Order: sequence, then structure tokens, then C-alpha cells
Amino acid sequence: MSEATVNLPGLGQHPLDDLLRVDRIPHIWCPTCGLGIVLNSFLTAVRESAIPREDLVVVSGIGCTGRAAGYVNLDSFHTTHGRAIPFAIGLKLGNPKLKVVIISGDGDLVSIGGNHLIHAARRNMDLTVICVNNFNYAMTGGQFGPTTPQGAKLTTAPYGSFEHPFNIPFLVDSCGATYVARWTVLQVRQMTQTFKEALMHSGFSFVEVISPCPTVYGRRNQLGSGLEIVKYYQEKSVVKNDIDTRECEITYQGPIVVGRFVQKRKPTYLEAMNDFLRSSVGEKFVPYQGPMDDGD
Amino acid sequence: MKNNGVVLSGAHFLDGDHACAEGAIAAGCRFFAGYPITPSTEIAERIAQRFPLVGGTFIQMEDELASIAAVLGAAWAGTKAMTVTSGPGFSLMQENIGLGVMTETPCVVVDVQRGGPSTGLPTLTGQQDMMQARWGSHGDYEIIALSPSSPQECFDLTITCFNLAEQFRVPVLFMMDECVGHMTEKVVIPEPDKIKTVSRRWYRGPKEQYRPFKPAEDGVPMMVRAGKDYRIHITGLTHDERGYPVINAECQNSCVTHLVDKIRKNREKIVMVDEYQLKDAEVVVVAYGISARVAFKAIEDARARGVKVGMLRLITVWPFPERQIKQLAERVKAFIMPEINLGQVYLELQRVVADRAQTKHVPHCGGWVHDPKAIFEAIMECAR
Repeated sequence: MSEATVNLPGLGQHPLDDLLRVDRIPHIWCPTCGLGIVLNSFLTAVRESAIPREDLVVVSGIGCTGRAAGYVNLDSFHTTHGRAIPFAIGLKLGNPKLKVVIISGDGDLVSIGGNHLIHAARRNMDLTVICVNNFNYAMTGGQFGPTTPQGAKLTTAPYGSFEHPFNIPFLVDSCGATYVARWTVLQVRQMTQTFKEALMHSGFSFVEVISPCPTVYGRRNQLGSGLEIVKYYQEKSVVKNDIDTRECEITYQGPIVVGRFVQKRKPTYLEAMNDFLRSSVGEKFVPYQGPMDDGD
Repeated sequence: MKNNGVVLSGAHFLDGDHACAEGAIAAGCRFFAGYPITPSTEIAERIAQRFPLVGGTFIQMEDELASIAAVLGAAWAGTKAMTVTSGPGFSLMQENIGLGVMTETPCVVVDVQRGGPSTGLPTLTGQQDMMQARWGSHGDYEIIALSPSSPQECFDLTITCFNLAEQFRVPVLFMMDECVGHMTEKVVIPEPDKIKTVSRRWYRGPKEQYRPFKPAEDGVPMMVRAGKDYRIHITGLTHDERGYPVINAECQNSCVTHLVDKIRKNREKIVMVDEYQLKDAEVVVVAYGISARVAFKAIEDARARGVKVGMLRLITVWPFPERQIKQLAERVKAFIMPEINLGQVYLELQRVVADRAQTKHVPHCGGWVHDPKAIFEAIMECAR
């Protein structure tokens, strides 16, 4: 079977190359899409964190953001639509030593995978979720979804979406997430800092990143280039740390409340499971011993 | 018999569901994700009770989609993993069974079949998911599916399912039915050192040369687990041997042909059948699961009338035991297939027998097993 390779000028000279699958570059994302910024910011956070690389696993679902797993030079899994979180739960419980990060889109995590999102938050499952919200299903050409602001036009909402969208930070907060934050791709430093915090957080950490989709969402709504969309972020972002998450709804081209909204400590799923079983089963309790011996 | 608390060696009085749970533990399964559904729930209940005593992790997921996804993730973490369900849940699992096939992930999916379609007969038996087992996920693939006829086989064959999953890096489907699942009989659990278990096909070569989807000599790729710095990429997209997506017809051809060939070319290592009074048989009953148990009575009665009839019991249903059927078709007059559906595995029997012998289906819609008389009459009709 042929293993396609490309030779691009400058390939191998990026400061994050050791964390990128350079043999898979160029990526498939459109010019001025925000996903490159998110990936750059995430990998910078990884580089600056103390987590051993071999312990870090990235899981994605399906969609534009779902391709992120394919570009990170880490153990990475590109799963089915909506199922990144339960797949990641299997990885984490199968080997609790792993740090499992889900990078996926709003459609994948909040629509088709919504059930898994709320239950992972409820369980305070030991995972980090990075949800890149571009307000639409971009990979399939720009359909509206449960995060599309009312009034925005998309191919399956040609007269504008009239549905009420999810306020995602409020959704996961109300379900029990112990770390919740939101930034736009404009706030790169804050986003990177937040990723570092989320990676080190014990329990379910969730970061929403508002990201421009000029090719589809932007074009359908005549919002201009990626640069112009980021200008909107600059004008309308309002930093409000620790705000009541009910107050960070997003409206069409309206203000975007950003910041770290929730950071608290409560027993994670694994802590709760082990502590509870240890006390209720007593001395007969045999904790999970980790994965099978692979002889290494 | 010695009993180490993990493998409960000794003679027990167990139903098929509980025997399946003990089989999983004996096979080395230490991760379970599931969602309650009749008539499979007793397996999950037994696992939930037993796993904290044997070092296993049990999680009850929010639905069947999550259950199978978690099982696949756990398999890549390096555990033997299982989920159990019944018809409606089996339908929900199909997409990720396909992901398991595509990513060559060893795991076991148990379907304790009930009557369908839809909610159907939650508490009553059926064998109506057999073609769903074969073709339920989209795309071309081959799968392994076994069917037990007794609680003892629920124990023994659950271990076999795990072994086949590891040997061939494929999800293995254990197609029980409500009757076998809820039937209580003597189950003998051997001593641990008498139980054959297959460990994972761990890769042992240089790290930089590892290819997650490069077939070894037997056609099956070697495996590593997440967290070992191999930096594997695993995708449901059509991929090359590195696991990298390649979206073209050439790669589709090599990727899918490999998935199919690794099962087809190893058919002889996979297929298990049980032969009963076939030596002189002119009529052969082909059956699996609870229907095979019922057929024994019909065969006894027909033998008492002097009819030369025997049974080929399919322990492996997929891949279909083609060679065994073809060989019989050269010398027998007729094949009879009772199954609790209106014609599923029978279609495969017809295809393989072709015009070499007569074939007859003995259908049943589900809710109960066949009256042995119906099978008996079919035998007598074909023997005439």
C-alpha cells in the first residue's frame, strides 16, 4: 500500500513539530479557519505542561474539528460521530494513568453526542473536553445545529434558524462539570493558559472555543473573511470570570462572554468509584489493576 | 476443586446469563460497559457484583451507543472488554461494531436475543438478530459470531469469543437467546490452569517500525496499547497500514480486502460445529442455539421410526461453516433448518447447498421454541 508523503517548504521547522504529525501536513482545514489556532494553542499547553507525552491521548469524533486527532503526534483516536466521549471513557477507565483529551466540534459533542456530554459532566469523569464551536455543521457544507444563534442562515435554515441554541457552559455546569471556560480564538494566551489548567484539573474539565468558519457559516451570513469574524470577537468579547453560566448565552453577532466560569473540586468518577467500593465491599475489594501486561 | 475466587472452579447450577459472566471473568475480561436490557441484564448484574472482587471495572453507561464505544476505548487501553445487550440495543451498537471491525479492535459483544422487530417480545425468545450480526453495520466486512445451546456453552464459548477476538483482532459476537440465557443447568467451571486463554497479539519489534494495520503472516496485524509512546493514530476512515486516512479507491481496496480476508482465509481456524449421528444420516438438521436443543427430540423420535437423521449444530454461525455443509451436501438427501425466525441463516444454507440436496426451513416467529413435532414432521417429509 502506498504511503503518501508531501514535501512542503518549511516543513519540519515549526516549533511544535515534535507534537504534530508532519507527514500528514497540509491539513484539510480552510484558510482562516480557527482550528489551526486551537490546535497550536493546545499543543503549546501540552508542551508547557508536565504531562508525559506517552500518557496523553487525544480522541475526536467526526467533523472539521474531529480531524484534530489526526494531526497530533500523540496516541490519537478518530472515532464515530458523537462517540468521542464514551470511547475516551473506555480509554481512561481501561488505563487510569492516561490523560485523555477530547477535541471535537459543537455538532459532534452537543448534538449527536449530547447525551454522553451531560453524563460525563454528571459523573465528573476524569477527562478534558475541548469543544470548538463554529455555530454550524461545516464539514457537510453548513447546516444549522443546536448551537446556531437564532437568525443565522445556513443551508438547512435558508430563512434563518429559529431554534433556541444551547448555552454550552451552562449546560455542562448544570450537569456537574467542575471546570468550565470559554474563549474565542482571538484570546490565544488565555486559551493556552486555560488548556493548561484544564489538563491539570482533576475531574471533568470543559473548554468551549468560539472559532470562525468563514467558508461556510461566514459566507452564508455575509460576515466577511476570517479576519473580519475575529474582529467581531475583538469588539464583542466580554471577559467575565466566575460568572453565573446562565448569563453567557450567545446571540447572533451579539456579545460573547468569555472567561473561566467554573473551577471547583469534587471527587472524580475514579475517586468516587474506588472510595465507595473500598468502603462498601470492604477488604474483599480488589481495585482495577490496569491494562494487561504487554511484556515491555 | 480448587477455587481461587476469580475463576469459580467447581460444579454450579447456573443460568446461561450468569455462566456467560463467569466465562468472561475466566477469559480475563476486566472491563465491562453496558446498559440494562431484558433478557441480558443478568449478565451485567453478575459482572457488577463480581468485578469489584476480581479487579475489574464495571460501568453502566447512558445507552448502548456509549457502551460499545467505551468497550472499544478500553480495548485500546489494553484490557479485555465486553458489553452485553439484546435486540434493540444490538441495533444501536451496530455503527461502532463497524468501528471495531475497521480499527481491528478485539472485544466481545453479547446479544441475548429476544423476539423482534422493534420492542417486540422483551421477555421471550427469538433468533432474529442472526443476519443483523452478519450485516448489521454498514460497509463490507466479515465478522465472527458464535451461538451457545446450553449454560455450559455460555461459559465455555464466552471464553472462546474472547480468544477469537484476540487472535483475529475483531469484535466477536456471542449470539445467545433468551431461552439459553434464562435456562438453569449444571455448569462445570474448570480449574484456572485448565482454561485456555489467548493473550493480545503484542507487537515486539522496534517502535519506529510499528504499523498498527500491517498484517502479520497469518493476516492479522499486531497490536500495541495507548500510553506506550507508539503515537498510534486509529481512525474509522479508510486507512493505510500506518492507520493514516487515505481516501481513494486503491486504499479502500487494500483496507477492506484485508478486513474480509483475515476472517475468510482463517475460516478453518475459526469454525466450530458439533456433529450428532451424521455417519449414516440421509437427512441433516442444521441448527444453532436453543433450536438445536429442541431438534434433538425430533431426531430421537425420527430415529425411533428408522429414519437416518442427524444434526450439524452450528457453534460458529459466522463465518458460515461452508466446507462442512458442502461435504454433507455431496452425500445426503436433505437439510432441515429450524430457527426462531422466518428465514435468516437458512438463506445461507440454501446458498451453500445450492441444488445438491433438498433444503427445508422450519420457521418460528419467536415467543417460544419450536414444538419438536414441527421439526419431526419436516424430517419425516424429507425422508420420504
